[in-house]
Amino acid sequence: MNRANIVIIGAGISGLSIAYNLAKKGMKDICVVDKSHFLAGATARCGAGVRQQWATELNCILAKKSIEFFAHANETLGYHRDIEFKQGGYLILSSSEEEDKQFEKNVKLQNSLGIPTKHLSKEEALKIVSHLNPDSFTSATFCETDGHVNPFLMSEAYYLAAQKLGVEFHFFTEVKNIETKHGKITKVITDKFEIETNKVVNAAGGYSQEIGAMVGLDIPVYSENHEILVTERAKAMLGPMVMSFSKNIYCQQVPHGSILMGRNNPDALHNHDISSSWKFLDDMAKTVNHILPEVAKQRVIRTWGGSYNISPDFQPIISDSSIDGFYIACGYSGHGFMFAPITGELLSEIILGEPLEDYAKALHMDRFKNMDKIDKEHSVV
Amino acid sequence: MNKKDIIICRCEDVSLADIHEALDMGYRDFESIKRILRVGMGPCQGQTCAHLVKNEIARYNKVNPESVKIHKTRPLISGVVLKDIAKGDDDE
Repeated sequence: MNRANIVIIGAGISGLSIAYNLAKKGMKDICVVDKSHFLAGATARCGAGVRQQWATELNCILAKKSIEFFAHANETLGYHRDIEFKQGGYLILSSSEEEDKQFEKNVKLQNSLGIPTKHLSKEEALKIVSHLNPDSFTSATFCETDGHVNPFLMSEAYYLAAQKLGVEFHFFTEVKNIETKHGKITKVITDKFEIETNKVVNAAGGYSQEIGAMVGLDIPVYSENHEILVTERAKAMLGPMVMSFSKNIYCQQVPHGSILMGRNNPDALHNHDISSSWKFLDDMAKTVNHILPEVAKQRVIRTWGGSYNISPDFQPIISDSSIDGFYIACGYSGHGFMFAPITGELLSEIILGEPLEDYAKALHMDRFKNMDKIDKEHSVV
Repeated sequence: MNKKDIIICRCEDVSLADIHEALDMGYRDFESIKRILRVGMGPCQGQTCAHLVKNEIARYNKVNPESVKIHKTRPLISGVVLKDIAKGDDDE
């Protein structure tokens, strides 16, 4: 392909969802380029959770709309395998009075937006996961419609559906530069070929800052390593994702039977490191042993890391930009997988000039021009 | 013997037929096939299947097996070069 209507940089879940939505709406000659193999980046490294329990209205809306898509994704995309959508809920633990108060507010907000979260006492939470250490938390919130989707298979479902609609994919193809003329996109230069185009989508995940810089944009995001581990398959022992912001853990058993868990490293540097550290394994083991001692009896078989691409308010940037034809989907701050369905819908509307719902206008990159006004998300691990 | 009865990855129960189907679908490298079929993701971490899958990829792509990269070996199961420990390398 030496000419395309649009070049999407990044074949992770965001790029795939955007490509699919554009093709479904009739756009032709869509080209997706990715510098590595299928799902080399953050999508395949994520914790596979999908939740609606957020502290900002914007994140709640994005999450709810995405879950509505996941519920019917197999049929909508005509997928021959199963994306493994499982609604076991998210049980989020509080461990202080201060956190209790914040959760009270979160539940009110979520309920007002139609998200069925409940604030539970310790006893009620123990009915959902009986082997929780009762001394490790004070109360909890639970949303039964949160849950799990398989990131590999969800991505393949989008990938195959997009291919069927004529989208062209080029893996092992790295974007080296983007040419502009009079503030308009003209060409994408890769290490394999050049493509003439007037539209580019930056869905490069951990590398979206670098892609933005190619057209002279300073996107206010950075990348940070978040580590994760997986155990052997275990008997069914954990229905919901168990999470605690103050104790720094998320932990869920996926339908396959293995148990995934992760936590953040407050000392992580802002770079592209995705290595595994002994310290993560040590801290993770101690945290899970404190909160979920039964889970801590399982054998860990693998650890890995992946990039969170973090924005100043921990909410994504889904918008056009000051460069004509340059569109952005980045800064998901660890939640790009679970927001992928709405990402594709919104960015395709923006690209095709369709009317945008009011809430979505707040996702524009320009919100960071006035940092005093931003509504920061705190419910993040 | 039926390709469906030839087990390549014992941990995740992946057959030779599964591998060939993935290759036919266009997944031509180990990491891509791993993401779709879970080969190498079980308790043995590819100790059993890695070279088998590698040979199938090489045969399909008509290249020397030596040139086919296998999956990224991750902690905890992996031999460690003494020099790396001495240098404290933190290589992904």
